[in-house]
Amino acid sequence: MSQEPLLSLEHLSAHYVSQQGTRVVRAVDDVTIRLGAGETLGIVGESGSGKSTLALTIMRLLPPAARIVGGRIMFEGKNLVDKPEAEMREVRGKRIAMILQDPMASLNPLFTIGNQVGEPLRVHEGATRANAWQRAIALLKSVRIASPQTRVAQYPHEMSGGMRQRIVGAIGISCEPRLLIADEPTTSLDLTIQAQYLNLLRELQREHGLALIFITHNLGIVAKMCDQLAVMYAGRVVEKGPVARIFNAPAHPYTKALLGSIPRMSDNRRQLTAIDGQPPDLSSLPAGCSFAPRCPAAFARCRAEAPPEFALDDGRTARCWLAAPGVAQSLDAQAAK
Amino acid sequence: MTVITPPETATLAAATASRSTAFWRLKGFPLIPVTILLFIAFVAVFADVLAPYDPQIGSLARRFKPPVWQEGGSWAYLLGTDHVGRDVLSRLIFGARVSMIVGLTAVLVAGVIGTLLGILSGYLGGWADQVVMRVTDTWLALPALTFAIFLAAIVGPSELNIILILGLVYWTRYARVIRGEVLSLKQREFVRLAIVAGCSKRVIMWRHILPNVINSAIVLATLMLGVVIVTEASLSFLGVGVPPPKPAWGLMMADGKKGLMVGYWWLTVFPGICIMLMVLSANLLGDWLRVKLDPQLRQL
Repeated sequence: MSQEPLLSLEHLSAHYVSQQGTRVVRAVDDVTIRLGAGETLGIVGESGSGKSTLALTIMRLLPPAARIVGGRIMFEGKNLVDKPEAEMREVRGKRIAMILQDPMASLNPLFTIGNQVGEPLRVHEGATRANAWQRAIALLKSVRIASPQTRVAQYPHEMSGGMRQRIVGAIGISCEPRLLIADEPTTSLDLTIQAQYLNLLRELQREHGLALIFITHNLGIVAKMCDQLAVMYAGRVVEKGPVARIFNAPAHPYTKALLGSIPRMSDNRRQLTAIDGQPPDLSSLPAGCSFAPRCPAAFARCRAEAPPEFALDDGRTARCWLAAPGVAQSLDAQAAK
Repeated sequence: MTVITPPETATLAAATASRSTAFWRLKGFPLIPVTILLFIAFVAVFADVLAPYDPQIGSLARRFKPPVWQEGGSWAYLLGTDHVGRDVLSRLIFGARVSMIVGLTAVLVAGVIGTLLGILSGYLGGWADQVVMRVTDTWLALPALTFAIFLAAIVGPSELNIILILGLVYWTRYARVIRGEVLSLKQREFVRLAIVAGCSKRVIMWRHILPNVINSAIVLATLMLGVVIVTEASLSFLGVGVPPPKPAWGLMMADGKKGLMVGYWWLTVFPGICIMLMVLSANLLGDWLRVKLDPQLRQL
């Protein structure tokens, strides 16, 4: 690992603090993630597990009530945490672009497509109106929009959902960013368009050498799209590593349960498997591991002490006492007996 | 070289054409009010050509002439003459100009101040929002007419001052409505996308928020036009508006009010009808625009 990663989050924490300072919601807690250039990282977790907050933290766009309380965001060798706002604006849209949860509503109804696709170019590169327009046509072509010359002068309401989506993709890549964060970009789409859009994102990623962070709760998409996977639970990354390794042998009971809850065609189960219980209240986390109350494999230590991030031999990490060195062997030994 | 239009573009073009149906053929379009407003505007613009006499010069020899259809009336003075022998019709015609200029510019002044402050307050939030909204609350607690009289007493009556006073009195209505609109707009995805794309607050307010609230501002302006005209007439009637001998409708009513008791009804009734028609028309148009533009705004 001599090469420096494109993005490296080091013990990053972002908390929401209530006005009186009495309630602290640990939306992102001690997250450490590395992402190399051109890699794809999937972030999965239930709603409220801090996925979207993590994305906003990287962009430094947290709502006023939240702030980064610790850690570093190293991007292209610089720490984004202490960049002034003016410099952050240079990063947003230019070096790190983002696709929002509802791309259908992401276009301003009053402006032409060309105007909106060209906007980041004009804001960041000072491109002239005419130049931005020409480049917008090229961008539309690159996201496979038929007859871009006509489309560029039209308004969002004249486009189909799939097209609007691809246009939002075009806005995302307009300034050739190094990192694209897609926050559940397909949840509002029907399945056929979803597949098309995912393919398009992959092609764009390959062509432009983009690193991609894909936030979703759909494990199927992760399996198809991503090299790396980070599973979030209650603001923490409970397990991360190469997708194939995690899918084949999940180390954390939560990951195991998550994978088990995917319905399969071959199943003969009458009922879908669900994870019992509710995700914890982030403002009053249990003393030990936050998953312990729902964990089928929890033992005494889990309830008393939160596990640190253990590195596994195959480039994975897991926050679980079961993954602690020694414990795994002894459990294996027990199983063998 | 032959250019073959792809069928897709052809249908799109057709769809665009059919969508731009003429405005006045829309359902429920207030044809009569708009005609009245256009007529008043026309009269105001061409007052010099249309008015038979100078509105400010009269002759005491022919004072208090009744309208043409009453005994003693003459075709020379269709709507009669006032207490100093000025032609009422000519004064009404020039009065239209005063009402139009004062009404439109005052609405514009109020609209610009109110819209800008509303956007700043709604988008920036925090202390800017607090300041603007507390000022607005205070403003709205003051009775508009009394406040306007107070301001007029300080700066003195003149046409320009009346415009500024009305603008200052009525900007708060815009600020309120526009702020509410902005609060919902700034949660919309396209605004968030602009933030994520690195646009500065200034760019977002100017390019993404302002064009989206202009519709509401226009509707509000149409509704405010009536209010502003009535206030202008009231101020003139009370003697703190457009200074005499300029012909303003409110002023004409004030001048004629003594004559009302002795039967010179035409001095007050005609300007009264003019004010009523103009305000009613503006309100009807405003109501229609509000209904017409609002649901579309939600659909977009």
